[in-house]
Amino acid sequence: MKKYAYFPGCSLEKMALSYHKSSMEATQVVGVELQELDDWNCCGATTYFHLDEILANTLVARNLAMAEKEGLDFVAPCSACYKNAYFTNTYIKEDEDLAEHINYALEADDLQLEGNLNVHHLIDIFADEVGPEGIKEKVTNPLKGLRIAPYYGCQIVRPRKNGEEVEAPQFFEEIITAMGAEAIDFANKTRCCGGSLLLTNRKAALDMIRILLYNAVQSGADVIATACPLCQVNLEVYQTQVNEEFGTDFSVPVLYFTQLMGLAFGIAPKKLGIGSELVSTLPVISQFIAKEAR
Amino acid sequence: MADKPTFSQEISNLMYAAHGSPVNNCIQCGTCSGSCPAVEFMDQTPRRLIGMINADLKDDVLDTNTYWVCASCYHCSVRCPANIDIAGVMYAVKRYSIWNKTYADDLVGPVFSETFMKTIARSGRSYEPILAPTYIFGFGAKEFFQEVQGATKMMLKGRIPVLPTKIKRLKKFRNMMKRIVPVGEEE
Repeated sequence: MKKYAYFPGCSLEKMALSYHKSSMEATQVVGVELQELDDWNCCGATTYFHLDEILANTLVARNLAMAEKEGLDFVAPCSACYKNAYFTNTYIKEDEDLAEHINYALEADDLQLEGNLNVHHLIDIFADEVGPEGIKEKVTNPLKGLRIAPYYGCQIVRPRKNGEEVEAPQFFEEIITAMGAEAIDFANKTRCCGGSLLLTNRKAALDMIRILLYNAVQSGADVIATACPLCQVNLEVYQTQVNEEFGTDFSVPVLYFTQLMGLAFGIAPKKLGIGSELVSTLPVISQFIAKEAR
Repeated sequence: MADKPTFSQEISNLMYAAHGSPVNNCIQCGTCSGSCPAVEFMDQTPRRLIGMINADLKDDVLDTNTYWVCASCYHCSVRCPANIDIAGVMYAVKRYSIWNKTYADDLVGPVFSETFMKTIARSGRSYEPILAPTYIFGFGAKEFFQEVQGATKMMLKGRIPVLPTKIKRLKKFRNMMKRIVPVGEEE
């Protein structure tokens, strides 16, 4: 069983608790152990970087240093946490001067970071480490006929990390197919959901969400799958407001990919945090709940 | 005596970790503006903003809402044929404007960022209810009501934290921050 240092991030403590629960359940089935980092701090999302770049990288480095001390690779389920961790880990190796600043600060908490660890998004673990075949092997309750829109969002694929495909990635589709479901052709799958603009420029964000919902529904999605807590909240919780603003009538469930995978693994919905959505998922998933759920 | 740096150089210097970004190499092709999902909400398109930075139009650049409307989706950055990290440039202009307090008064972004940072310094983790006042009072009555309604529904589903979580080694964590930003003696 491969073990990782797991950095849940602030959203997964409460707002996206269902992502945390389902991640724990789904990884366990495929033989991956997520060991939560002790005493992790907020990675700063996008906002630290508005203020001070060195401080922002230092705060990210603290979490990485704790993982490195444990001798484990780092996994984050949130796209923004992942992006921050990935780049701080890269910069610390490339830039001696920055590394010196960061390590001087880390010393105050008895930590040091060399950058001798790998940083992954949780979906990478399923796409690469476990692989579609590995997922398929564990599926006991295939989601046959369920049309899922793979929503990548931004920061898993962008900025480019290591020469990978950023315009038309396919790994999310492969994961969905492995669950026995159908990955729909979702043209706007890497278009931005607005991120924190919802709080700072509502008009722009609601329009960005509207475009995504429209595209998903037009493409025949029964459900949208996400791999980021902010994408989930924007696309799901704000559907009511999009409807009020634009006179639309969207009512499309938005679930974490780990929740859908959990269903395919025959896990009971409650263990996957299903039921805490504002847009009911029951009409769509009731037929996929395993009769003898684990 | 050294020449006064141009605005373009100042912005590049603010992109420390990425070793600057060749803002001067912009060929004004407009790929960034064409890729931007938020462009229609910006006073100036990303292409024009880069052009304005290179023309040293500092005050005009800082006066736009462009860099605060950027959602950091990095579509422009991965497509730029001149290898400019445009989203990174937007961050650099944000930092410049926060440090120099030159942003327009009616923007929520800078205040939100500062409150977010203070929350982290206080507890080590983010806590949504503390952040709400930074933006919610700027909303109109309808939006305010919608936001409260949404939050109530989330709360009923157990998705809003009641109390902020604090990290355990908070004192050491704050000392670590003080080694980068001098905000008082280490404890």
